[in-house]
Amino acid sequence: MSASDDRSAGGRADLNRPRQPMSAVIESPAVAPAAESPGRRALRRFLRHRLAVFGAVVVLVFAAVALLAPLVATADPNATSWSAIRRAPSLQYWFGTDENGRDVFSRVVWGARASMMAGTISVVVALLAGVPIGLLAGLVGGWVDALISRVADAMLSVPFLILAIALAAFLGPALENAMIAIAISASPVFVRLARGMALDARATDWVEAARALGNPPWRIGLLHVLPNIVPPLLVQATLAIAEAIIAEASLSFLGLGQQPPEPSWGSMLNSAQRFLTQAPWLAVFPGLAIFLVVLAFNLVGDGLRDALDPRSDKR
Amino acid sequence: MTPLLELDDVEKHFPVRDALGRSRGAVRAVDGVSLSVPEGGVLAIVGESGCGKSTLGRVALRLIEPDRGAIRFQGEDLRRLSGAALRARRRDMQIIFQDPFASLDPRMTVEDAVAEPLILHGTVPRARIRDRVAEMLVRVGLRPELARRWPHEFSGGQRQRIAIARALASGPKLVIGDEPVSALDVSVQAQVVNLLQDLIRDLGLTFILISHDLGVVRHIADRVAVMYLGRIVEEGPAPEVFANPRHPYTRALLAAVPGQGTAAPPLEGDVPSPISPPPGCRFHTRCPHAAARCSAEVPLLLGAGHRAACHFADTLPPAAPLREADPGGERLRRLQAFFRPPPAQTGAMP
Repeated sequence: MSASDDRSAGGRADLNRPRQPMSAVIESPAVAPAAESPGRRALRRFLRHRLAVFGAVVVLVFAAVALLAPLVATADPNATSWSAIRRAPSLQYWFGTDENGRDVFSRVVWGARASMMAGTISVVVALLAGVPIGLLAGLVGGWVDALISRVADAMLSVPFLILAIALAAFLGPALENAMIAIAISASPVFVRLARGMALDARATDWVEAARALGNPPWRIGLLHVLPNIVPPLLVQATLAIAEAIIAEASLSFLGLGQQPPEPSWGSMLNSAQRFLTQAPWLAVFPGLAIFLVVLAFNLVGDGLRDALDPRSDKR
Repeated sequence: MTPLLELDDVEKHFPVRDALGRSRGAVRAVDGVSLSVPEGGVLAIVGESGCGKSTLGRVALRLIEPDRGAIRFQGEDLRRLSGAALRARRRDMQIIFQDPFASLDPRMTVEDAVAEPLILHGTVPRARIRDRVAEMLVRVGLRPELARRWPHEFSGGQRQRIAIARALASGPKLVIGDEPVSALDVSVQAQVVNLLQDLIRDLGLTFILISHDLGVVRHIADRVAVMYLGRIVEEGPAPEVFANPRHPYTRALLAAVPGQGTAAPPLEGDVPSPISPPPGCRFHTRCPHAAARCSAEVPLLLGAGHRAACHFADTLPPAAPLREADPGGERLRRLQAFFRPPPAQTGAMP
């Protein structure tokens, strides 16, 4: 072959030599005018989803209310007034007052803070704990996988809320403990999801290519597999926040979460039970708040799922 | 001179289990392969799908751990290397995969993908990485402005060029192409074959081409190894193997190239299961020349330069000559000529 003298030079291939005659650039890049990242594309598709956008707006409103509770509330949520017990909604008391004469609107506003915090923080903790463990199980395999999977299965065999109640009862009644309990009960879902996605990824050519390039295992896990499993994790996390908010309300309802007199939607519902016929507003407004927030997070989750679905590559 | 890569009695069996996890034997994907790859040039490994050629390619880079045997790269046994030492060696040995839609990380830009081997192996200083990526993209015929794009924005041929740029970025000595063009359109195949030929020549690469496409193999291979059911049945210089195949399986394979039209009758039956390959010569169940000895005694890969694993390699009647104008190869050559700029204009980039 005519190229044999080239080869006999030996040593590392030299890429910096002057260019030799080579094949022409024939395939002109018939691509969109500007590069679009996967994230940007997902955002564009999400914004087309009307219900999801509505959900996102509601979530943002509640998040703003939770953050700005001191400014939004019209009164001190814990201030009692014996002259205004169980007043119906009016211009002065938008959502009425409760059995101790506290302003229900202000309590719903401050309760948003407890619910949103409990929902997001516990899910973030569940993600931070569950995803690395799941990745480890999926990528390392063997007995590590077997051990982690069996523990996750055992936790998943107990209903989410029952496990959370048991853990919260064990840890003692406090909002922080309720959040820890919810985080622990929510994490096996993420372990299992991350493990399954990592197993899928491990079988792909691009992970084998990453190994062939000389990537150490931690780089494959963090730089290749993790970014690729973010979309389903994001969807799952959004839906999990909705569940965590219900769980927090349930724990507070049972007296295991936010402690009186601090306001929480769950504990407000609990004390409203006794006055359902005389003062329905005590139950309606916190119930409506829970309903709206949970619905909104679910809508956002569904929208994200559609927007991030790799199979809907069109549009 | 020591060969660049040497495989010594390499074996890889994949255990097969039934639904209850009980062992049901093993797929003998690679079953005792010894092969020596000299530095420079193109060695093609050919065979039907399922014969173990892709597994052999991955075992050769120790991407799959063999059950037995030695893999010596520049005289050093890869199987004795620890994880970190092996990863460092990967700078010198790379692989190009068949499916360019699966081999690029969908969440990495072209620039990040091509830069990765440079970062991993410290091939160039950090400040020079971007220049080097642009250089590699130009080398494989892509515009460097495309570096910031994601794989999903490219066609199959462009993606394969990106995969080639990534594989060559660290300056490897050995590159394995696992069916690098067979997932591409025919017209694009010719361009990518052109590109590979140019790169192999210009960079002095040693290239192992794993392929079932004899048109491409005949065109660019210097040596050919033919695999059947996990074993190499014939190995030698490409022109000789094509002109004078010594193993009946090679003859059947060449005769089966569409439009080749040699006198050899087509093979009867299917490839036996690799879980329980036939005893003796694995090909004897389908071989038109099989004798009693073939089902009892395993033939060795014998000969100098041009080796064949057949008891009757020296006494078989001469093979029917191949028709000179093989349509597959001819079509590829014509396409290649079409896409290659005429010699007078090669000085400048179009």
